[in-house]
Amino acid sequence: MLTADAVTRELETVHDPEIVKVSIVDLGMVSEVRVSDGTILITLTPTFVGCPAQSIIQRLAEERIQKAFPGVSVTVEMNLRDPWHTDRITPRGRQGLIESGIAPPGTDLNDVACPFCGSREAVMENLFASTSCRSLYYCRGCQNPFEAFKPL
Amino acid sequence: MNGWTTEEVKESPEILEMLADLLFQLADDDFVLGYRDQEWLGLAPHIEEDVAFGSIAQEQIGHATFYYHLLESLGVGRADDLASLRPGEQRRNAVLLEQPNGENGDFLNQPHFDWAWTIVRHYLYDVWDIARLNLLKESRFVPLAEAAEKILGEKRYHRAHQELWIRTMAKHDTLSRQKLQKALGEAFGWVGDLVSFGRFQGRLEEHGVITSVEPAVRRYWVEVQDFLRSEGLIVPEVSSVMNGRLGEHTDALGEALARLSEVYRLDPSASW
Repeated sequence: MLTADAVTRELETVHDPEIVKVSIVDLGMVSEVRVSDGTILITLTPTFVGCPAQSIIQRLAEERIQKAFPGVSVTVEMNLRDPWHTDRITPRGRQGLIESGIAPPGTDLNDVACPFCGSREAVMENLFASTSCRSLYYCRGCQNPFEAFKPL
Repeated sequence: MNGWTTEEVKESPEILEMLADLLFQLADDDFVLGYRDQEWLGLAPHIEEDVAFGSIAQEQIGHATFYYHLLESLGVGRADDLASLRPGEQRRNAVLLEQPNGENGDFLNQPHFDWAWTIVRHYLYDVWDIARLNLLKESRFVPLAEAAEKILGEKRYHRAHQELWIRTMAKHDTLSRQKLQKALGEAFGWVGDLVSFGRFQGRLEEHGVITSVEPAVRRYWVEVQDFLRSEGLIVPEVSSVMNGRLGEHTDALGEALARLSEVYRLDPSASW
């Protein structure tokens, strides 16, 4: 049956290409799913406006939903009406980030725990890392470098 | 004042003209500085900074992309064309931002870039961009107000990054201090047009597209001076060579545009 819940369940299989263990639903990117006779309208919101993965995620979502609901008109919009904040990441999303080796965002830049050993003895090496939404840290507990999602 | 939607702006040529001029300033600033930033790829002072500065460059271009798409939604042109094909005299970026990363060479040939100059310039820009986004948070043009609020949160990290570098260089040794001081002298010689909004400034204020500029400019200079002085640096006189907001530019912009659009021009209809 075509319902908003069924669409959302499908969206749980769509991922940011750079964070493959966390769905866009758990990342908090899905602002709205609207279903009305034969059409699906999905509104996504970017985590970071400057993120280059936006158009890829938009396309992946559209392809997945179109495949799951053939014959239905699917539109995926991206807008900032309902802006993203780090607290939109679900508990399951935070767990997925840890499993990907990325520390989930804390209340500030010092509120960070190593995703490998859990130690809070971490020092920031650089505010910017391999993507602009993450910072680079060094763990004094297990001597590993790791990245952490920036609080926003 | 009622908020304007994209559709409402499109119906009034007069409003569209001034709003497009403003959006080009925002887009072109982020775009040309993002281009200068990415020229550092592989050349930044150390490996972590190379990655970091590459991310900053990418985010500069990402923000520019947002504004070019906003212009596209207003029917001004295709975002990719607006970024890549507009000639220099149509560009609205501040002239400081188009200057090369160093006096000699480019990234393909003898890149003798100047890190102190790069950081000082970026700092002056980031602090102003945050001030400017604060003027846009209450903008009558609703999509712009929404974006300003969101982008502000991202830009504060850029600023923090440059401030850390300035603090580091200010206290490292005599040479790094001298380089910083020299870079400040040069940057302040270009910076005048950065804190302006071009020929529609008065009307943008009247219509509530931006809130009052003058107090924000005053606060900006106080913030910059306080920070630089707290690091023991001498604050130079502000001057202005030409006004990029009016389409006046140096040869450096033409060279950058020719290079950055080289591939795009081969086939503007190609699908990316």
